[in-house]
Amino acid sequence: MYLYDEFDERLVRERVAQFASQVERRLSGALTEDEFRPLRLKNGLYLQLHSYMLRIAIPYGALNARQLRRLAHIADVHDRGYGHFTTRTNLQFHWAKLKDVPSVLGLLADVGMHCIQTSGNCIRNVTADPFAGVAFDEIEDPRPVAELIRQWSSLHPEFEWLARKFKIAVSGAAQDRTVMKSHDLGVRIVRDAASGAIGYRILVGGGLGRSPMEAQVLRDFLPREDLLAFLEAALRVYNLAGRRDNKWKARIKFLVLDIGVEVFRARVEEEFARIDKTKANANPAEEARIASFFASPPYESLPEISRSLEQAVARDEELARFVGNNLTRHKRKGYAALTISLKAIGGIAGDISSGQMRAVADLAELYSFDEARVTYAQNLVLPHVRLDDVPLIFARLKEQGLATANVGLITDIISCPGLDYCALATARSIPIAQALSQKFADPARQKDIGELSIKISGCVNACGHHHVGAIGILGLEKKGAESYQITLGGEAGDDYALGELLGPGLPAEKVPEAVERLVAVYLARREAGENFIETTRRLGLAPFKTAFKEIADAVA
Amino acid sequence: MLLLDRHGPKEDVWERAETLCQAETNFVLTPFGAIAESPLVQTDLRLAALLEPNRALDEVTPFFDRLDMIVVHFPSAADGRGFSTARQLRQAGFKGILRAFGPLISDQFPQALACGFDEVEIIGAAAARQPVEHWMEALKRISFLYQRDYGAQDSIPEQRLARAAHV
Ligand code: HEM
Ligand code: SF4
Repeated sequence: MYLYDEFDERLVRERVAQFASQVERRLSGALTEDEFRPLRLKNGLYLQLHSYMLRIAIPYGALNARQLRRLAHIADVHDRGYGHFTTRTNLQFHWAKLKDVPSVLGLLADVGMHCIQTSGNCIRNVTADPFAGVAFDEIEDPRPVAELIRQWSSLHPEFEWLARKFKIAVSGAAQDRTVMKSHDLGVRIVRDAASGAIGYRILVGGGLGRSPMEAQVLRDFLPREDLLAFLEAALRVYNLAGRRDNKWKARIKFLVLDIGVEVFRARVEEEFARIDKTKANANPAEEARIASFFASPPYESLPEISRSLEQAVARDEELARFVGNNLTRHKRKGYAALTISLKAIGGIAGDISSGQMRAVADLAELYSFDEARVTYAQNLVLPHVRLDDVPLIFARLKEQGLATANVGLITDIISCPGLDYCALATARSIPIAQALSQKFADPARQKDIGELSIKISGCVNACGHHHVGAIGILGLEKKGAESYQITLGGEAGDDYALGELLGPGLPAEKVPEAVERLVAVYLARREAGENFIETTRRLGLAPFKTAFKEIADAVA
Repeated sequence: MLLLDRHGPKEDVWERAETLCQAETNFVLTPFGAIAESPLVQTDLRLAALLEPNRALDEVTPFFDRLDMIVVHFPSAADGRGFSTARQLRQAGFKGILRAFGPLISDQFPQALACGFDEVEIIGAAAARQPVEHWMEALKRISFLYQRDYGAQDSIPEQRLARAAHV
């Protein structure tokens, strides 16, 4: 894992002092509220429905035990004993007190963390594959590039006042696990077929929100040494030409749509040609320094199969389910990446208590080379556990209410905070997720239904990724009441697709029944080995619409 | 009005005129459009152009030789286009004075300098609310940047490199 040197630490501490001065200048009247607001946001501090919210960056989702324990401490002392992981692998404290914020930022700086650029119209926290460095299908570990981008984008003098937020994701595997095509810019590590050289495919113009768009290829193959100069060129073109007159048309996706990807590409290439690459690009020695932090940990040589795990699984049905759902294949024999679901039945997606944070910290330290990861699906990962240790880890997780065996299943629901917290919400999303989770709680039923992603947002901003859920749920307000639109067929990965609307909005209490009907269509019509999304693709919308209509008509 | 460079406040010697023929002194600041439209008459005239943020670089480069100063307008503090405009002007070889002009906030002073500006001119209430000390203090808040190519020779990557060479 990357560890701060004195320069990183100094920058973060100076930024804390700078923010303290900004607060002071706001209080003295030197800055107006309009001037202060973007400064507050660029330091991760939101004003929500009931209080302030502090958003902490977890760059590319990587955490160590010390950081987790510090987050637990902050939750206990400065918040209400828990935190919330988001779909951009940040952690939010929803009950922050303004007067505590400077000390919280100081506590974070102690452990190499910060809230820099977790909001505001700037380059946001960079995300990456949660299985980086361990995935069996990896071309190259994306974390060194992600860390390089984190540093390059932090306090960038030219790009702190963009037209709108700018989100970057990095992936280095054959399969995309970052929802890359929903990002303003995607960096995909690829191998050039002809030369065998490793470089980047750059995607641009993705985004969710009220006008979802799929990212398109900006550069098919970028030599690795040119990355920062190319990013500079792309950001400059956007900074100059992105719309400033309408906040809702200001993301880069609208610029790409307006002028077309070809014109956008031509402008970026023209700018790229003008940039002095020797100065703009990273120095190879610095790249090597960063990469050295991500060397493989000292794995043991283990047999491919763990006898002790096999025996334990044979004895314990619950453990068997956990192993079936929550383990991901590791590039090393005898190891697995273990996903800790933060989707307990009836719980709040992404929420984690301070006690659970400490427990995960202990497990990471003891069994996973002091590493944990956050996923965009609002779960955690212990990236390198020995198969032999899984029964023990499972037992410890179970004590903490963290052993839910539902990763990728129908109750592994992504949900934004919605009207329970968020000032922009038009409907609640947490209670919908809870009701669905309870409805489908039965493990045998979940297993039968198989892989199915439900994603819920409390307004058109789409923080809960509803557009790319196999079943997407969007909470709106209609004549003073909550109304939920349901979409079908969305996909987040390489087969990226936006879900299609099934019909009119439903009241909250009808949503579980509607989902059940959709699932019933799948169960009745699936072919052998076909999962939910595959069936929807084969059958199209029609049979699902028919089933949905029965519910919608009953309501109307 | 407040005019500052990295050393502190300074006097403004430039006379503002809507067109070149209105000018009474030899230091004239006029909208870029007025310069682009008028032929060069007086050789001893020192010219500065006020540039709107949406002006394309290609329109401006032919006038580099005639311009002693380019003033880039920031319509609001949150509108960061001017930072990229400055970078492009420097990249294209403009060697004269670059001034950022608008209701900036003091925290943007170091950013403006890093992007190639020499000075900032703050107008209206923003100038009244933010005394000179705020601007000078802002320059000292962040010691080093990660970006290698934004003015300073002591960027974090350069310092890391120098250090590695020593051990
Ligand atoms: C609670 C306070 C929050 C506020 C005020 C907020 C605000 C917004 C807004 C305004 C947008 C739309 C931006 C646009 O389309 O230009 C957005 C998008 C987004 N937010 Fe949030 N959000 C909040 C919480 C969250 C949470 C909890 C998550 C994760 C669960 C999240 C993740 C995202 C993501 C992934 C997008 C992506 C949409 C895109 O890229 O177009 N946000 N948010
Ligand atoms: S989707 Fe809407 S309700 Fe949900 S967190 Fe985002 S802004 Fe808030």
